[in-house]
Amino acid sequence: MDIVVCVKQIPDPADPGELDPETKTLKRDMKLIMDESDSYGVEMALQLRDAAGEGEVTLVSMAPNEEVNGLRSALAMGADKAILVSDEALAGTDALGTARVLAAAIGRAQADLILAATESSDGYTGTVPEQVAELLGLPSVTFAKEIQADGGEVLVKRQTEAGYDEVRCPLPAVVSVTAGVVEPRYPSFKGIMAAKSKPMDQVGIADLGVSPDQVGWAGGGQEITDVSPAPEREAGEIITDEGDAHERIVALLEELRIV
Amino acid sequence: MGTIWVYAEASGGQVASISLELLARARELADTVEAVVGGEGEPVAAELGAHGATTVHATGDLGNGLAGPAVASAIAAAIEGGTAPDAVLFGTTYDGRDVAGRLSVKLGVPVITNIVELDQTDGSLVGTEPVFGGTVNVSTRFNGTGVGLFLVRPKSFTAEESGGGPAAVSALPVPDLGATGAARVVDRFAEESTGPKLDEAGVVVSGGRGLGEAEKYSMIEDLAKLLGGAAGASRAIVDAGWVPYSHQVGQTGKVVKPDVYVACGISGATQHMVGMKGSKNIIAINKDAEAPIFGIADLGVVGDVHKVVPKLIEALQARS
Repeated sequence: MDIVVCVKQIPDPADPGELDPETKTLKRDMKLIMDESDSYGVEMALQLRDAAGEGEVTLVSMAPNEEVNGLRSALAMGADKAILVSDEALAGTDALGTARVLAAAIGRAQADLILAATESSDGYTGTVPEQVAELLGLPSVTFAKEIQADGGEVLVKRQTEAGYDEVRCPLPAVVSVTAGVVEPRYPSFKGIMAAKSKPMDQVGIADLGVSPDQVGWAGGGQEITDVSPAPEREAGEIITDEGDAHERIVALLEELRIV
Repeated sequence: MGTIWVYAEASGGQVASISLELLARARELADTVEAVVGGEGEPVAAELGAHGATTVHATGDLGNGLAGPAVASAIAAAIEGGTAPDAVLFGTTYDGRDVAGRLSVKLGVPVITNIVELDQTDGSLVGTEPVFGGTVNVSTRFNGTGVGLFLVRPKSFTAEESGGGPAAVSALPVPDLGATGAARVVDRFAEESTGPKLDEAGVVVSGGRGLGEAEKYSMIEDLAKLLGGAAGASRAIVDAGWVPYSHQVGQTGKVVKPDVYVACGISGATQHMVGMKGSKNIIAINKDAEAPIFGIADLGVVGDVHKVVPKLIEALQARS
């Protein structure tokens, strides 16, 4: 089974950075790491590939600056190769533009299954997997908590408000994976060494037939009009527990008529 | 503004609160508000009408197909056919995001996402999205041509009846979906849940990494139950597999605005705060006095959750 996993490289969430006052978008000029949200899709892809006993896991990512650090992490986990779309024209690209680029890159990979996280940890739009599916003319199942391959189909447990639906979907298809549903493996030392020599195909948007006016700042159709600090919530009383803090909490709950 | 469509979701003949919230705000912004339903229109026409929708564009029963491709194709076909609204509003829900994403490609317009405020400036809609854990607001205007698409977070607006009569039901045919409509729901499972829903509960008790291990989450559930509330979780422990995603409070996950929010062993990552800082009262228990959660807590207890929470449970049990 050949699987593509969409991987986003983001600034370390422990150091979330700031907005560029000029462009009003997130600064991404630091070293980037693999979005943790994507590690679940990578793990699922590796499990499906290994269960099938054949096929390859290909990572697809885009960046304005040739960043490969996050992709190396996923290759070290066991993915077979990566396609990085790197182009200066991609700076400022929104979700729809991102989906156009990813869809074009995925189109070169000939995958049976395309996996992505439900949303990235820095942008949170949560629309890219469906947009990629629509651009490729494929069916999709979002918010998967489990994926089972079954011949030319996948059987997916999809989260719902009430619980989950079991969805049967013919391949090729796009499936978005909810964080936390599998335990992503840690790369072994051998994996880390091997990752360095795995194929990393770097392409520009021209190679994919994507026109510059469909991506970047111009491709958006949206304009940031204002960036302002939100009204701050005041901190209240802070106490240190001396063994009786629960009494203070009960008193507050009484005051609020909760108990 | 002329016309706004609201993608209305319903289950068991009852319209979701997020859809009613969207209708309330749409009424303040547009002359005409209409609803789009992926399913039969008749069962929900009265409730949608009472909340201000004059027409329900209904696809009819979708059978075991998914809403995303079907509703998006139906809306796109209607727009191509000449019935174009100025904007379509969606809730940030499982299906809302699917429909908005697909429709965005069909119409070639962006989706403006994670909106918590929606206003009109110079005839175009401007959505405001909180970033960095809600410390900064970013406002974005749709300046493309065509229909503006907005994904709005639950609890951003207050649902309110308009006193309108039942909405007229109009057919919104679903075109042939080809391969995109090939996914089929073969079974539906409802998870056992007792007590109020996380996003509707008056009290929410959440646990985080400070619990130390998965087994300790049971005390969060016990405390929530004693307070007649719902149990929530930080992303960290959901990602770690301790509790299911349905419990997650935050940017990724549910937005909650209960009367009382009790954060146990949660440091207050930006991603968590944005999902709960609208709570009326916040109680935080954390052993790290520097934890960001204390910056927004009405009552902050610097202490060990493993000591404070069991004593709190005991004290509450002694009362009942």
